[in-house]
Amino acid sequence: MFDDFLVRAAFASVGVALAAAPLGCFVVWRRMAYFGDATAHAAILGVALALAFGLPVFWGALAVSLIMAMIVATLSGRSFATDTLLGVMAHSALAIGLLAASFLSGVRIDLMAYLFGDVLAVSRTDLAVIWGGGGLIVALLIWRWQALLTSTMNPDLARAAGIDPKREQLVLTLTLALIVAIAIKVVGVLLISALLLIPAAAARPFARTPEFMAGLAAVIGAVSALGGLSASFVMDTPTGPTIVSVAACFFVISVSLGGFLRRTANREK
Amino acid sequence: MSLVSVENLSVTLGGNKVLTNVSLTLEPGEIVTIVGPNGSGKSTLLRAILGAVEGQTGIVTHAPNLRLGYVPQKLAIDPTLPMTVGRFLGLPRKVAPALLRAALEQAGAEALEARQMVDLSGGQFQRVLLARALLNRPQLLILDEATQGLDQPGSAAFYERIANVRSDIGCSVLMVSHELHVVMAASDRVICLNGHVCCSGAPEHVASAPEYRALFGSGTQGALALYRHEHDHHHHHHEDAH
Repeated sequence: MFDDFLVRAAFASVGVALAAAPLGCFVVWRRMAYFGDATAHAAILGVALALAFGLPVFWGALAVSLIMAMIVATLSGRSFATDTLLGVMAHSALAIGLLAASFLSGVRIDLMAYLFGDVLAVSRTDLAVIWGGGGLIVALLIWRWQALLTSTMNPDLARAAGIDPKREQLVLTLTLALIVAIAIKVVGVLLISALLLIPAAAARPFARTPEFMAGLAAVIGAVSALGGLSASFVMDTPTGPTIVSVAACFFVISVSLGGFLRRTANREK
Repeated sequence: MSLVSVENLSVTLGGNKVLTNVSLTLEPGEIVTIVGPNGSGKSTLLRAILGAVEGQTGIVTHAPNLRLGYVPQKLAIDPTLPMTVGRFLGLPRKVAPALLRAALEQAGAEALEARQMVDLSGGQFQRVLLARALLNRPQLLILDEATQGLDQPGSAAFYERIANVRSDIGCSVLMVSHELHVVMAASDRVICLNGHVCCSGAPEHVASAPEYRALFGSGTQGALALYRHEHDHHHHHHEDAH
């Protein structure tokens, strides 16, 4: 059944969406949007380095994303203006990555595929990497769920309960680098943050518990992935941006509907 | 034996010496308040008692298997995080529903279980944090400026509740506050901190100590008396209304 490139594309995008949703919730709750950007943008440098040394792109992207995520996690704990610092890191990483890619002579590198994804070119091996990596992310998040939530609420509260907030931060740093590495093929480095943030933000107005928000975000992400894939097939548009556009539509509908419901509820009070 | 003993604790944060040679002990059942100006190291001292802080020298000893309950200063909850009070109390460990209800009741928050954390008022929020700290039947309850943002009757009611909890479950209480008059009236012992322990003892003793007056001025002793007067008056008024 994986012989058809459309079936492979569908499984690949749904796999990434399912893993990105719960992780994206933490990105939203902990205000790590720029953190996600910096990690994702650094991956392009990893891609360029991997191609230069003839290594698999997945490992190159994973390694450089991980290093970037570690640097950012260390620096943002200090008293810098964090948003400025992260903005500088995110965009510098992208620029340096593009610069490195331009030095690659002899290797024809399709930059667009790494910037915006090329899900229709997903191979069986890619699919195995995506579901293997995605499964690992979800397993890590489920394992650390309670501790992660507690340290997201308040680090001191976590410490009082014998949880080390730094270790939990490390789990998120690791999983974030991993999602970047597996999502490059599907949406590309520029739109990975979108896949993390938008389904989670769209789920927020209807959620009363963190678990429900993560679950609903996964549903919204998966539906966006399939909807975006079919829309891109029908309209002959690039798949990654189409998936993100569908998710953005869900966000607009959800926020408007959420606001409407809240106003109605307040009037009834 | 003492629940907690601190010996010659010094803490250096970012090159600044925040605490110098602080020693103290906490005995079972007592309410101890740490007072001190801003930046005097009150919160750092609490954090060092809760667990290690960076840049720490000296020894902090807990009684074996000490059960701690911690009520943090103020929790800023991101509005993007959906969280009911009941779910919050189940973090990081799930609790039995009966236990959860008992803790909410003890903290005066029994009606709040299904509410969203971000919708709570300041006073409701503090009661929920207290309920959470009571879940594992603490031997020592630690409160860090727990009444920040509450008005004076609100703070007084909260400290009265703390005193009731202490007599209910027999725990010790260690708290930090800058609301001197409110807090001192509710304490067995006061420790005046300004990087080091300036003076300590019964509230009346500390309020008249020269070191304390040098830090806070002599006006506060009058405020202590005034508070006690107001407190009586408030009660009287309350009964009239019924």
